[in-house]
Amino acid sequence: MSSVVSLHGTTTHHAHDDHHGHQHESFISKYVFSMDHKTISKQFLITGIFWAFVGGLFSVIFRLQLGYPDATFPFLEDLLGHWAKGGKLSPDFYYALVTMHGTILVFFVLTAGLSGTFSNFLIPLQVGARDMASPLLNMLSYWFFFIASIILLSSLFVQTGPASGGWTVYPPLSALGDASDGSKIGMDLWLVSMAMFIVSQLLAGLNYITTILNMRTKGMSMTRLPLTIWALFFTAVLGVLSFPVLLSGAVLLLFDRNLGTSFFLSDIVVAGKILPNEGGSAILFQHLFWFLGHPEVYIIILPAMGMASEIIAVNSRKPIFGYMAMVGSMFAITILAFLVWAHHMFVTGLNPFLGAIFVLLTLLIAVPSAIKVFNWITTIWRGNIRFTPGMICSIGFVSLFISGGLTGIFLGNAALDIHLHDTYFVIAHFHIVMGVSAFFGMFAGVYHWFPKMYGRYMNNTLAYIHIWATLIGAYLIFWPMHYTGFAGMPRRYFDYSGWESFKMFTGLNEFITIVAIIVFAVQLLFVFNFFYSIFKGRKVTDPNPWKATSLEWTTPINPGHGNWPGEIPEVHRWAYDYGKDGKDFIPQTTPVGADESKGH
Amino acid sequence: MNIVEPVQRNRIHPYKFNLWIAIGSMLMMFAGLTSAYIVKRNQSNWVDYELPAAFWFSTAAMILSSVTLILAKRSFKEKAMQAYRRYVFVTLILGTLFVLLQVYGFSTMWKSGLTHNSTVSVSFLYVIVGLHALHVAGGLVALILLALKAFNSKVKTYSSIPVELVATYWHFVDLLWIYLLVFLVMIR
Ligand code: HEM
Ligand SMILES: [Cu+2]
Repeated sequence: MSSVVSLHGTTTHHAHDDHHGHQHESFISKYVFSMDHKTISKQFLITGIFWAFVGGLFSVIFRLQLGYPDATFPFLEDLLGHWAKGGKLSPDFYYALVTMHGTILVFFVLTAGLSGTFSNFLIPLQVGARDMASPLLNMLSYWFFFIASIILLSSLFVQTGPASGGWTVYPPLSALGDASDGSKIGMDLWLVSMAMFIVSQLLAGLNYITTILNMRTKGMSMTRLPLTIWALFFTAVLGVLSFPVLLSGAVLLLFDRNLGTSFFLSDIVVAGKILPNEGGSAILFQHLFWFLGHPEVYIIILPAMGMASEIIAVNSRKPIFGYMAMVGSMFAITILAFLVWAHHMFVTGLNPFLGAIFVLLTLLIAVPSAIKVFNWITTIWRGNIRFTPGMICSIGFVSLFISGGLTGIFLGNAALDIHLHDTYFVIAHFHIVMGVSAFFGMFAGVYHWFPKMYGRYMNNTLAYIHIWATLIGAYLIFWPMHYTGFAGMPRRYFDYSGWESFKMFTGLNEFITIVAIIVFAVQLLFVFNFFYSIFKGRKVTDPNPWKATSLEWTTPINPGHGNWPGEIPEVHRWAYDYGKDGKDFIPQTTPVGADESKGH
Repeated sequence: MNIVEPVQRNRIHPYKFNLWIAIGSMLMMFAGLTSAYIVKRNQSNWVDYELPAAFWFSTAAMILSSVTLILAKRSFKEKAMQAYRRYVFVTLILGTLFVLLQVYGFSTMWKSGLTHNSTVSVSFLYVIVGLHALHVAGGLVALILLALKAFNSKVKTYSSIPVELVATYWHFVDLLWIYLLVFLVMIR
C-alpha cells in the first residue's frame, strides 16, 4: 500500500517526540499522567491491590452473615450504618455486597489488575520495544479504568446502595428500577462504570496486540517470544473481540432501564402492577452477557498461565516442555472460548440439541487445558528446582487449575448441570479454577518481577508464610463447597438456617467463615510486604537476579523511559535455552555459536 | 532518543494497526446487536416496519462522501493541496448531511407513531442506526480536525498518516452502514 511513503523520515516517530528530554519531566507527568508503560503498569497494579482489599473485605462481611446467621456484630453498624441496623446485615445489602464482590474481583482486580499490570510491564520489555505502540492510548486506558473505579466506588455511597443483581446483572432484576433497592441508581452507575471499563480494556487491548505484532526488536520472531507474551497476546485478542458485545448488551439494558424500551422485558408483574413492556426476552441478555462472560474467564486465566510457564521454566532451569504445543493450546482455548458460552445457560430452556453441541464444545476445552498441565509438570520434572516465592506460586497455580478444571468437566455435562447449576458447586469450581488460581498467577508475577519493577526484593519469609497460608486456606474454604453444592445448597441466599436439609452444614459454614477471615488477614501480609519492600526492600545488585534468558533482564536495574540506554538488543534465539550444552542458561541476546547443538 | 528503531520502520505503521484492530472490535459490537436482532425476530411479538425513505438518500450521501475522500487522499499524495482542501471540505459536508438525514428519518418515523419504545423491532432500529450515526459523528470530528489542519497555512510538513487513518475509518463506517442497511432490509 501507499503507506510505505509515509513510513520514512519524520512522520514515523513524531508521535513519540514528547518523550525526548524525559529528564525534565515534572512530578505530574512522571508519576500521574505518565506515558511510560512501566509506570502505567504500576498504576494498574496498585489500583488493583486497592480493589482487591475492598472486594476481599466485602466477602469477609457477607461470610460473617453466612457463618453466623443468628449473631449480631455491632461494629458492622459502625461501618455500614443503616445497612446493618443493630449489627445485623440487611438482606438487600447482602446482595449488594455479593454483587460488588464479584464485579470488583472479576473486572477490576483479575482483569485490569492482572493483565493491565503485566501486559503493560512485560510486553515492551520482553519483545524489545521502547514503549507501547501508542503511549497516549495506553495512558488513556488507565485513566478510563480510573474513572470506572470512581463511578463504581461512588455507587457505594448513594442512598439506595450499589447494584445488587449479581455480577452477571441479569434482567429483569437489573432492568426494573422498582425491583429492588439495588436496581435503582446503583445499577445505572454499574452500567456506566462498566462502559468506561470496556473502553479502557479496548484501548489497552489494541495497544498490546499492535505492540506484539509490530514493535518486536530485530531477530524476535513470533516463535522466539516468551510464552508470557503469547498468553498476553491471546488475552488481548479475546478482550478486543468480546468486550464490545457486552457493551452492546449494556447499551440495550440502559435503554430498557431509562427509555422505556423492552429488549429484555415481557409480561412482568412487579408489586402487583402489570408492566406495559411486551416482546422482550430476558434470555437474550444472557446470550450477550456470556458471549463476553466466558471469554472473560480466559482473559483472567491466560496471563496467569503465561507467567506460570515462564516462571516454572526459569526456576526449573529447564526449557519449557512443548513450546509450540503451549502456543497451540492457547490458540485452541482462544477459539473455543467463543464457542461455549451457552454452558452457562443449560437450564434456561435451551434447545436440548443445541445444548448437546455446547456440551461437546465445552468438554473439548479440557484437551488444550490438559496439554498445558502436562507440559508444566513435565517442565518441572527432574529440574534443578529453585523454590523461590514466584516458583511456589506457579506450582500452586498449576495445582489449583487442575482441581478446579476437573469440576468444570462435571458442570459441562448438561444433565449433571441441571442439578449443580446455581449451587455452591459452581462457586467452588470457579473460585478454585479462576479466582484463587489467577490470584496465584498474579502473586507469582509480582514476586518474580518485583526486582525489575522496583529495583528491590520482597521479603522471602513473609512471602512464604503468605503463599502457604493462602494455598491451604483457599482449599479449606472452597473444597467443602463442593459437598454443600452437591447436597443442593443454592448460591446467593442470605440465610440457609431456615431449611431442615441444610442444618447439617451450620458448622461447616462457620468453619469456612473462620478460614476466610484468616486468609483475608494473611493477604495484609502481602500488602505490607509489597509496600514496605518498595521503599525498604533489599536492593537488587545483579541486573539478572533469576538468571533468566529473556530481554527484560538486559535492561539496567532501574530502567528509565525507553528501557535500554543504548541500542535495543538484537535477539538470536528463543527464550528457553536453559541447560543447553551444559550451560546453565544462554540469554536471548547471545549469538548462536558455531559448535552449538541444533534446535531447542 | 529515537524511539522507533530502523527495523521497526518497514512494518505497517502502528497507528494503522491500532485502527484495524479497533475496527474489528467495533464490528463485534454491531455483530452482537445484529445477532440479537435475529434471535429476537424469531420470537413472538415481532412487528415489521418500513425503513424511512430518508435512509436511502443518506446512503447516497455516505457513498459519495467515501468517493470524495478517496479523491482527497489522492490529491494529498500528489501534493495538490488546493484540491485536497476542497475534497476534504466536500466530504465533511456530505458526512454532516448523512447524519442530518438519519435524524430526519427518525423524526418521520417518530411522527408516524413508531417511537423508540413502540415495539422491540423499532427499538432495535433506533439503537443500531443511532450507534452507527454516533460512529459517523466521531468520524466527522476527525474530518473537522483534518480540515482545520488543511486550511491552516502555518502547518508546513505534511504527514499522510492522519489522512490515511481518517480515510480508513471513514470507509469503514460507510461499509458498515451498507451492511446494516442490507441487513435491515433483508432480515424481516
Ligand atoms: C475444563 C474446563 C472447564 C469446563 C468444562 C467448565 C465448565 C463450566 C460450566 C458448565 C459452568 C456453568 C455452571 C453453572 O452455572 O451451572 C462453569 C461456570 C464457571 N466457570 Fe468453568 N469450566 C471450565 C474451566 C474454567 C476456567 C479455566 C475458568 C476460569 C478461568 C472457569 C470459570 C468459570 C466461572 C467464573 C463460572 C461461573 C460463572 C457464574 O455463574 O458466576 N471455568 N464452568
Ligand atoms: Cu464458561
